[in-house]
Parts: sequence; C-alpha cells; structure tokens
Amino acid sequence: MNHGIFEKNSLILLIGILIVVSIGGIVQIAPLFMLSSTIEKVEGMRPYSPLEQAGRDIYVREGCYNCHSQMIRSLRDEVERYGHYSLAAESMYDHPFQWSSKRTGPDLARIGGKYSDAWHTDHMRYPKSVVPASIMPAYPHLEKTALDYANIQDKLKTLQLVGVPYTDEMIAKAAADVEAQIAPDTDAAKELVARYPKAQVRKFDGQSPGEGVKPTELDALVAYLQMLGTLVDFTKFDASGPNLR
Amino acid sequence: MSAIAAEKPALNNALAMGSAAVFAGLGAFLALKGVDPVMNLHGAVLAAASLLALAYIFTHPADDKSGYLDGPIRVATLAAVFWGVIGFAAGDFIAWQLAFPALNFDLPWTTFGRLRPLHTSAVIFAFGGNVLLATSFYVVQRTSRARMPGRWAPWFVVWGYQLFIVLAATSYILGATQGKEYAEPEWHVDLWLTIVWVAYLLVFLGTLWKREEPHIYVANWFYLAFIVTVAMLHIVNNLTVPVSFLGTQSYPVMAGVQAAMTQWWYGHNAVGFFLTAGFLGIMYYFVPKRVERPVYSYRLSIVHFWSLIFLYIWAGPHHLHYTALPEWAQTLGMTFSIMLWMPSWGGMINGLMTLSGAWDRLRTDPVVRLLVVSIAFYGMSTFEGPLMSIKAVNSLSHYTDWTIGHVHSGALGWVGMVSFGAIYCLVPWLWKREGLYSIKLVEWHFWLSTIGIVLYITSMWVAGITQGLMWRAYDNLGFLKYSFIETVEALHWPYIIRAVGGLLFVIGGFVMAYNVWRTVRGDVPVDLKDQPRVAAAPELRGGVVAVPAE
Repeated sequence: MNHGIFEKNSLILLIGILIVVSIGGIVQIAPLFMLSSTIEKVEGMRPYSPLEQAGRDIYVREGCYNCHSQMIRSLRDEVERYGHYSLAAESMYDHPFQWSSKRTGPDLARIGGKYSDAWHTDHMRYPKSVVPASIMPAYPHLEKTALDYANIQDKLKTLQLVGVPYTDEMIAKAAADVEAQIAPDTDAAKELVARYPKAQVRKFDGQSPGEGVKPTELDALVAYLQMLGTLVDFTKFDASGPNLR
Repeated sequence: MSAIAAEKPALNNALAMGSAAVFAGLGAFLALKGVDPVMNLHGAVLAAASLLALAYIFTHPADDKSGYLDGPIRVATLAAVFWGVIGFAAGDFIAWQLAFPALNFDLPWTTFGRLRPLHTSAVIFAFGGNVLLATSFYVVQRTSRARMPGRWAPWFVVWGYQLFIVLAATSYILGATQGKEYAEPEWHVDLWLTIVWVAYLLVFLGTLWKREEPHIYVANWFYLAFIVTVAMLHIVNNLTVPVSFLGTQSYPVMAGVQAAMTQWWYGHNAVGFFLTAGFLGIMYYFVPKRVERPVYSYRLSIVHFWSLIFLYIWAGPHHLHYTALPEWAQTLGMTFSIMLWMPSWGGMINGLMTLSGAWDRLRTDPVVRLLVVSIAFYGMSTFEGPLMSIKAVNSLSHYTDWTIGHVHSGALGWVGMVSFGAIYCLVPWLWKREGLYSIKLVEWHFWLSTIGIVLYITSMWVAGITQGLMWRAYDNLGFLKYSFIETVEALHWPYIIRAVGGLLFVIGGFVMAYNVWRTVRGDVPVDLKDQPRVAAAPELRGGVVAVPAE
C-alpha cells in the first residue's frame, strides 16, 4: 500500500489515526455496559447514606487513594489478609471509583468494623499513637472542622442523575439524615436506618451525641470507613455463579 | 477562520480582545458568585489573566509576519524548565515524606495525598506538556516550512495552558479533585483545557495545511496522534456532572468497574500518547538534527507508528489484573501489552540506529548522550512494562513500589532525558546564540540525572519486590507471616535511597535552569570550542550544513 496518501493529506492522516486509536477502547469499554455478567447480582448493596457520602467526599478530597486501595484481588494472601475478594457490585455506586493502584498503606475495601471508632479517631489525630511505625500523615483538623453539608441535597440529586438509585424521599431528607446518623435512639435515626439498611448510627468522632450537636468532618469520614465492605451479604453470594472469576 | 483572520489583523485583534473580555467577565462572575473558595479563586485568576491578555493585545496591534512564529515556543521552553524544576522538587519532597512522615506537617495543604497529584501533574502536564508544546510548534513549522497560522491563537495555546496548570495545581492543594489518577482536575479546569486543546489542534493542523513540503514529516504523525488521542481520552474519561455550575465539585458519570476500565484506558494512554507518541515526535526530529544523519529507516517508522498507536489503546486493563474487572478484559489487556513490546522497540531501534556513522558524537557531545540514553531507557522501560503486564508477574508487582520505579525509569529516563536533550538544542536555536552557555554543565546534568535515576529505580525494585514477597509470605503453620506495618517498616531505607536519587535529579534540573538562563541572557559561552557546530542557531553556523530532517 502506498503510504503517501497519509503523508500528503493531513485530514486523511487524522481520520486514519482516529479510526486506529478508537478500536481498542470500543472493544474493551462498551461491552462492560452491555454484558449483564459484568456486575454480580448480590443482596445488600444500597446507596451511601448522606453522612457516608459526605465522608467519602472527604476521602476523595484528601487523596487517600494515593496510598490506599479499595480492591481486594482474588489472590489467596489478599483474601486471608483483607477478606472476601472485592466484587464489581460493591463499587457500583462509587462516583468516582476508588480502587486505586498503590498500597503504601493497607487495602480499605473491608476496613468497616475492623477497628473501633476510638481507634480511628486516635489514628486520624496522630497515626503513630496506634501504629507506631506508621508513615501516614496526621489529620488532626478533621475533628475540629464542622462538616459542611449545606449542599448535601444537591449532591444526592447529582448522584441520582448519574445513576445512583436515590429516591426522591432520600433526597428530600438528606440534610435531616446527616444529623440523624449521629443521633442514636431518635425517631429520625430509625427512619434513616429504614432508608439505608445496616447504616450505623452513633457519634463517630468520640464526642458525646445530643440535641443540636453538629457532625464534624471526622464523623463523616469514620462513618464512611466503618461501613466500607460491610453491605454485601456473602452468605447468599454464589461465587460459582455466572460471575465466576 | 484563522486563515481569513490572518489576512485582517484588525479583525484578528478584535476577535482576540472580544474573547479575552468574555473570559474576564466570566472570571469576575465566578470570583463573586462562586459557591466555594476554590471557584472564587479560580474566577479571580481567570479574570486577571484575561485582563492581562486584553491589555497586551490592545497595546500590540501590529503583526510581524516575517519568518517562523517563535515567541510562543520561547515561552513554552522557559515554562518547561520552570515547571520541570518545581515538579521534580515536589516529587522529591513527597519522597522524603514517605521516609520521614513528620514532613507532612499535620496541615491539610501539605499532606502526601494532596501533594502527590501536584507532583504527577507538574511533571507530566506542566513539564512534559510544555516540552511538547514547544517542540511540536518548532518542528511543525520547520518541517512544513510554514509559519503557524493566526496572530494570537498560538499565544493563546501556550498561555492558556499555563493558566490550566495554575488552576489544576491550586485545586489539589485546596482539596478540589476528581479523585482519579492523572485526571484530578475538576470539571471547570477540564473544560478550560478542552478549549486550549482544540486551539492547539487547530494551530497544528493549520500549519500542516499551509505547508510548502509535499510530505508530512514523521515527527508530525506522532505529534498529531498525540494531540487527537489525548483529546479523545480527556473528554471521555472526564465526563462528569457538576453539583453546581458555580462550584468546583462534580460526580463522574461512570462508576465502579466501568469507571475503572475507562480510567485506565485513559491513564495508560496518557503514558502511551502524552509521554510516548509525543516524545517520539521529539526523537524523530532532534536526534537526526543533532547528529546530522537521516532517520535510520523510513519503512520502520511507518510500521511502528501505526502498530504503536493501534496496540497502545488496548493495554489499559493490565492495571486491573485480578480485580473485579471481567477476566476477558484482563486477558486482552495483557495480550496487547506484550505485543506492544515490538512497536516500542521499533521506535527504539529507529532512534538508536540513526546514529549509524555518528557514534563518536556520543563521546564528544553530552546533548547527544542525553538523547541516546533516553532512548535506551525507553527500550528498558518498554521491556519492563510488558513483563509487568503478565498476570503472574503483576500479582507480585501490583500495588507495590515496583510500579513506581517502572514509571520513573520511563519518566525520568525517557521523557526527562529526551526533553533535556531537546531543550539544550532548542535554547541556542531559538535565542540565536552561538551555543549553550556551558556544555560542561550539560555533562554535569547528564551524570547527576543518570546516577539519580539508577538509585531511584534500583531502590524501587528492591522496595517493590520485598514488599510484594512479604505480603504473600506464609509461616510454617500456614499463617500470613507479616503484618502490613512490618512490610512498611522494611521500606524505610529504600525510601531514603530513592529520595537521595531524586535529589540528584532535582539538582540536575537546577543546573539545567542555570545553564538555560545564562544562555538566554546572552552570556558568552565559556566552552564554545567544545560544542558541535549544530549547537549554534542555524543562521549562525556558516558553511554547508546537512539538514536531513527539513
């Protein structure tokens, strides 16, 4: 074939390049939206509660993904160290996804429930207080900063728009639900748990709960960390089903 | 449009001033009405930059249309040196943070999590991007024998790109991020980059359309592939919905596994097209120019060009081995990554063999040595990459510092050194000097960089393989042998060695900045007799000079 046609016509060269570089992406990405086996059918997945989502936003803001993965690979040592390998379903409401590519610190996909709130609070304030050899930065300001959730409704609305199944009720109650999740034994908290099954309700940052107490950024972050990887009911998950990896 | 506008400077100036006024107004609006501090700041920066542009255009109505348009190239060259030093220093600082975490200072703005994106963006997009802007504008004009079109468009590309860098960098420090590696800038910064990038593509294509040469030179194929493919990757991977059009935060359209696949389709091809195809364009112009020999094989350049751009796009899934990405996609990613070895080495062979008959230059000209060693590092890292994409190897290397070492053998060795070589060529050529201020300092820069890189990549091999093996080690009773923190403690000394290597590389960057500054200032070179004839600007060389690439 005479290559001159590409060398003498910039538009033909441009179109040739576009065709050649498009193929791989189309073949690899498009089927992921079409093949039903891509995301496993599991029980237990739900959208993040407003407080958890606010915590997730802090996780993203601080760039935690630069050192922590949220993706347990299907390798023996990883499953023994961190728990069941991560399913695609477990991050299907994650905008953005936070699988990450580096473990300077441990994987966090199933960190939920592994440590107490007090451990997390101490750890964020000064990591070496609980892990003496830790090289993680300290985040002492989180517990001193009030959580800004003025636009939590807009956030949930936006997430609904990109496909997270928030109901209109969830959106309407978003701000109330943020406050409810740090107010145990209240009616609002019961409503929250009905909307978001398995949601944990307590003051996460070690301060005492009470009427009019506002959430801190640390509340949100710990609420998020404490639910990570706890939603899917693995007793009902069939690993030998069509999603076998 | 630009072709018509070039005929009418008044119209051209009016269009430019109109656009600047619109952006100044938009910036002022966002500065006042933005709903978060980052948006207020970015609005103010946009308004200030637009007003400066407006004032400059207003006071410079006349157009000098003689010869090539080199002003924007000079700006991009100096910007590359400036951002390069900052980006290298930021990288070395966070390297020390990993060895001594007290350096995080317990402040939100100085944590590793916020500074690492600052480092990666500064070196890839600010340093690398400016090198690509400078060289592509230089090469496309010379090899087309045509001036870039537009009175202001090339200036807009270069200064608009600097604005993008400032917006992105301030975002990260202040905590506005999309949370996706190498795609951290938020939606409004992405939109700005899209505008700049479309202007870049049009200026580049416009120069090709005006060309006096019948053939488009091979370097330009690579530049064009880089520009259009990066546009495609940037737009698709950054599809996102802002929470408010007056705020910085947005939520990406894709989630979970599809987002992961798209992200690494983007991420790996940021390597493949930004850091490889574009820099191969540099190789294809500056190596033949500097050694005064033609490109080794025309046929090889055709074969490896098309196969490289076709295969690279498929390699993304090797970042997702053993994850929740379906296995068929992982297998495709691994297969194409291994195949990618061949076109990569096609480029390496074409670059190295261009020295046929001129290998003595390697001994006498440290600029040639930078260019050649960069190609050697390119060959090494494009062999290591396919190796690490094999699932069994990847199960050990993934999530560890081996990946970091691999990236840096490509980034410091290939991208960094080929850029240094191109900058050392460009500066005397652009500022019409007899040579560099000091070729001896280039020699120093070469050895500082080389030793720095060797310390860096060897320490990261040790760190990565050590940690990977410790993670999977079992004791006699069948339990995991090490807790996670024990595997972190084992990395302390490799981290220190890496940071020392990085420091040498940073010092090399400062040596380059000093040398460039003295050359630009017009100081008399201290060792002109040791410099080859091609070190001088073309118009100062005298006698018959071979010009193979033009």
